Amino acid sequence: MSLADDLYRETILDHYHNPRNHGVIETPSARVEGVNPLCGDELTLYLIVEDGKIKDVKLEAKGCSINTASGSMMTEVIVGKTLEEAHEIINTFKDMMMNKTKTDVELPEDLEDLEALQGVKKYPVRIKCALLPWNTLIEGIETAEGKR
Amino acid sequence: MIKELPTAKDASAEKVQKKTLDAAKIAQDFPILHRKINGHQLVYLDNAATSQKPESVIKALSHYYEYYNANIHRGLHTLSEEATTAYEDTREKIRAFIDAPSEREVIFTRNATEAINLVLNSWGKHHIKAGDEVVITAMEHHSNHVTWQQLCLEQGATLRFIELTEDGQIDLKQAATVIGAKTKLVAITQMSNVLGTITPVKEIVKLARAQGAVILLDGAQGVPHLPTSVKDLDVDFLAFSFHKMLGPTGVGVLWGKAELLEKMPPFMYGGDMISSVHRDKTKFNELPWKFEAGTPNIADVIASGAAIDYLNNIGMDAVRQHEIEITKYALERLLKEFDDIKIYGPTDPELKGGVISFTFASIHPHDLGQLLNESAVAIRAGHHCCQPLMNDLGVSGTARASFYIYNTNEDVDKLINALREAKRVFGHVASR
Repeated sequence: MSLADDLYRETILDHYHNPRNHGVIETPSARVEGVNPLCGDELTLYLIVEDGKIKDVKLEAKGCSINTASGSMMTEVIVGKTLEEAHEIINTFKDMMMNKTKTDVELPEDLEDLEALQGVKKYPVRIKCALLPWNTLIEGIETAEGKR
Repeated sequence: MIKELPTAKDASAEKVQKKTLDAAKIAQDFPILHRKINGHQLVYLDNAATSQKPESVIKALSHYYEYYNANIHRGLHTLSEEATTAYEDTREKIRAFIDAPSEREVIFTRNATEAINLVLNSWGKHHIKAGDEVVITAMEHHSNHVTWQQLCLEQGATLRFIELTEDGQIDLKQAATVIGAKTKLVAITQMSNVLGTITPVKEIVKLARAQGAVILLDGAQGVPHLPTSVKDLDVDFLAFSFHKMLGPTGVGVLWGKAELLEKMPPFMYGGDMISSVHRDKTKFNELPWKFEAGTPNIADVIASGAAIDYLNNIGMDAVRQHEIEITKYALERLLKEFDDIKIYGPTDPELKGGVISFTFASIHPHDLGQLLNESAVAIRAGHHCCQPLMNDLGVSGTARASFYIYNTNEDVDKLINALREAKRVFGHVASR
């Protein structure tokens, strides 16, 4: 398997070149920043949470392809979900990325794109690039719920 | 800062060849450079982070452990005598290497960072007071920035900056306005680890001396690559680290003028730094051991001596000349091959060390670092421990290729091929 097969799959490059939900929400329920001080990835996450659901999400990311693509895919799969569902997705994703015993994980159809990020597991220093948007989302949900 | 290259008295100028070195032959002495990564022979271009080690250094290390491992300065047995001699001989080699007046002024630390922290604790805390100013440059490594920033915050002093010109050189005009009557310390890098910019140390020293300020030179990048004479530069402190100059990790040096070091209290207390201890008081050891508490890194210090021998054998003038030549070749080729490369810092190889920081084809530096690794080309990507400088440059990070004595023009060619391949894999970045 080459690097292009593992890491720079078409899905990832597509999300990197055209990140979904890229931008700003003027009056969000939560606005949180995530940084990866070691490599300089930076992102700002905007959330609108209403009636326990994620009504809208936007990301402004300044990072590498893995970071940007992971964030882009994340926004697609969480929009419209209840906070509980969002937490489940976060846990599923983090487990896929961090559990070393699991390889070639197959996700439900609506999360299929995320499978492309599994290749990152082979490159431990890049895992944190993929996780940054998700950890920021956890903080964003907590902020929206008034827990922070 | 750069010593005159040797000239034969009776030869005409045309006939004088600049001393240079045979990089391909030198590379044979470095076992790691034979390694294959992803099926290709390693091209190591991350020398500003750490250099590789020649066989002689690795052997000096194992020879110590296999033949005369012992604690130093106290034992009366053969092993201890031999270890002490080898350890102290290295101190003398370092003295000669940086052209210092006395080996009493050469203090071993863990790294350049610890050397700077020693000055901060033993000198800075006693001399920098509220209202005083410390001057650094806008291109300092965090180790020579966070240190003085924190001291200033603690003492109520002000940290001021010598700025860079558009092309990444030290702005001497602006420096003259920043260094003033309140300046107590000027702490500057000899060479930027990001831009490769060589600091005009003597000019800054002149400005600092006129105000009675003390001068610390961070030689972590400079000493491994430039002929360095503390007498000639007339600085007060010099900090550097051996792992960037063919030696092992874990050995740094603080050189300081004896008259300053004599008056400074110890940095750490414990064994070896004492001359007599009573229940209620201690008389400290003399220089340099006053600053070397506890069992030092004996093996790595001794191996650092072998690193100096290796560099002396080549000659630092030749090291510098080689780096000018390879940097010139790399800059010319990169700019000729790619119109979507942006190079940061000076582009005149005479004004910079063998460090090229760049961004390329809108590919994020991390992606680029990873893609180049596929071709076994090792570069560095990120902020290079210089976040404030990255902010000034308006980037989150750069890719950086840095050269040393074993890098050849062929390595540069491989870098270029790897960049071309990276661009192919990544495609032309659209619409962002």
